[in-house]
Amino acid sequence: MSLIVSSIGQGLLWAVLGVGLFLTFRILDFADMTVEGTFPLGAATAVMAISHGMDPLLATLLAFAVGALAGLITGLLYTKGHIPILLAGILVMTACYSVNLRIMGRANVSLLGKNTLFKNHFLASLPQYFDSVVLGTTVMVIITTVVIYFLQTELGQGFIATGDNQTMARSLGINTDNMKIMGLMVSNGLIAFGGALVAQNNGFADVNMGIGIIVIALASIIIGEVAFGDLTLNQRLIAVTLGSILYRFVLLIVLKLGFQANDLNLISAIILAICMMLPVFKNVLNFKHIVKRGLDTND
Amino acid sequence: MTKPLLELKDVVLKVNRHTPEEITILNHLNLTVNDGDFITLLGSNGAGKSTLFNAIGGDLTIDSGQILLKGKDISHESVEKRTRFLARVFQDPKLGTAPRMNVAENLLLAERRGQRRRLAPRRLNKQLERYEKITATMHNGLDQRLTTATGNLSGGQRQALSFLMATLKRPEILLLDEHTAALDPQTSQDLMHLTNQRVQEEKLTCLMITHHLEDALTYGNRLIVLHHGQVTFDVSGEDKAALTTEKLYSFFADIE
Repeated sequence: MSLIVSSIGQGLLWAVLGVGLFLTFRILDFADMTVEGTFPLGAATAVMAISHGMDPLLATLLAFAVGALAGLITGLLYTKGHIPILLAGILVMTACYSVNLRIMGRANVSLLGKNTLFKNHFLASLPQYFDSVVLGTTVMVIITTVVIYFLQTELGQGFIATGDNQTMARSLGINTDNMKIMGLMVSNGLIAFGGALVAQNNGFADVNMGIGIIVIALASIIIGEVAFGDLTLNQRLIAVTLGSILYRFVLLIVLKLGFQANDLNLISAIILAICMMLPVFKNVLNFKHIVKRGLDTND
Repeated sequence: MTKPLLELKDVVLKVNRHTPEEITILNHLNLTVNDGDFITLLGSNGAGKSTLFNAIGGDLTIDSGQILLKGKDISHESVEKRTRFLARVFQDPKLGTAPRMNVAENLLLAERRGQRRRLAPRRLNKQLERYEKITATMHNGLDQRLTTATGNLSGGQRQALSFLMATLKRPEILLLDEHTAALDPQTSQDLMHLTNQRVQEEKLTCLMITHHLEDALTYGNRLIVLHHGQVTFDVSGEDKAALTTEKLYSFFADIE
């Protein structure tokens, strides 16, 4: 039972990454590698700020700002520097590695004995693992609501149009460069915010904690889409959180099968590859329908 | 007298600048578009028709010369800024609409063409009734598909929508780049009729690229032929009305 609660909690905390990546991967329609750097960047920023006595909430928000700054750099390289987005992301990701070491001074910094968001009176009074469920739910409700509201504004519609059809967006006077920069900033801000949350939950920040992040974030997006089928944009955003929780369940099962934590990146990559190939399989044996059936509790 | 709305003065535009493949596409081109003109634009492939549109729209920067709108130099204004007065319909139906957004959402986007997009709710539902009426004027079932993603529309419907979007917020200049060329003959003719009707009703100033000599003769008050990046033929009013396809063919034979 506690394992299931723990998985739900982890799924909720990591869902921030899914929503962050959704903005670039699904709406702007490109893969942003920067996130592999901004996740540990957010963790490092928050951990060091907390170590220096900053309030954990402020430290987490600071992580968002620093992540957004990294996104800004990727955005400028991409739009103004005309560097292909994949390479622009890899450049900033690589640079972040050094920056993270600079921030932390060493490869791993512990939060042992330090104040964190999870040590707040109310959260600390909850049974084990429920703290991340409550905090994760709160965070995801706020973030998802804000993103959904934003996408329904005039600006948000321009943002969607940019990813959907750049030529049209420009011909209607939408500044597509600004939209891409904004998307990259918010996306990386959210990823860094997620890094700050995860670091506080784990009790440490590690310079290597960014490896495979894009796969994990993609997994929550894709699993959510595969599991729930045809959805509206708003529903798809909510499905990301559910997909993130489902993904944690899958990992739980995999660990129960006897795999080690070190195998998780391999497993994650395989899960994601299978999910992304589902449309191909679907034609052969209607696989998606079977998966959906299996997960649909209403039948 | 009608007053000039758009003037191109001695416009030169080259591609592949400073390379051995440098080509001059617009070669000291001069053109004055008057308020209310409906110009049909003819010319063989490579004559510079689309490049002319891209120069007016700001997608390509001109090497020398001037583009003036109501006397104001806009040669160096960005694409985004020029959309305040300019609307375009492209040849490819895919280019004019956002495929994953629905018809109503596309219309709403177009209604704010060239304006600042605020962080305020889009208020789509308030517009639905009006959009239904507007799309019904297209007589192609678009009004029944307001909540359909435009990627699922037929090419004809998408192109009609693109045209509607371009004229929803009245543009001072409308550029139509062979906007009926990708459609089947009947749909193409329907859209051409609608285009003409809308341009007349709204007294729009419009430039239309076409390869259909009949269309070029039937529609508009002025006909221009572009050749090697220059205006080589420019007739309007009664002279244009007196023009026939035979005369045009012989003209084309002469310049080649």
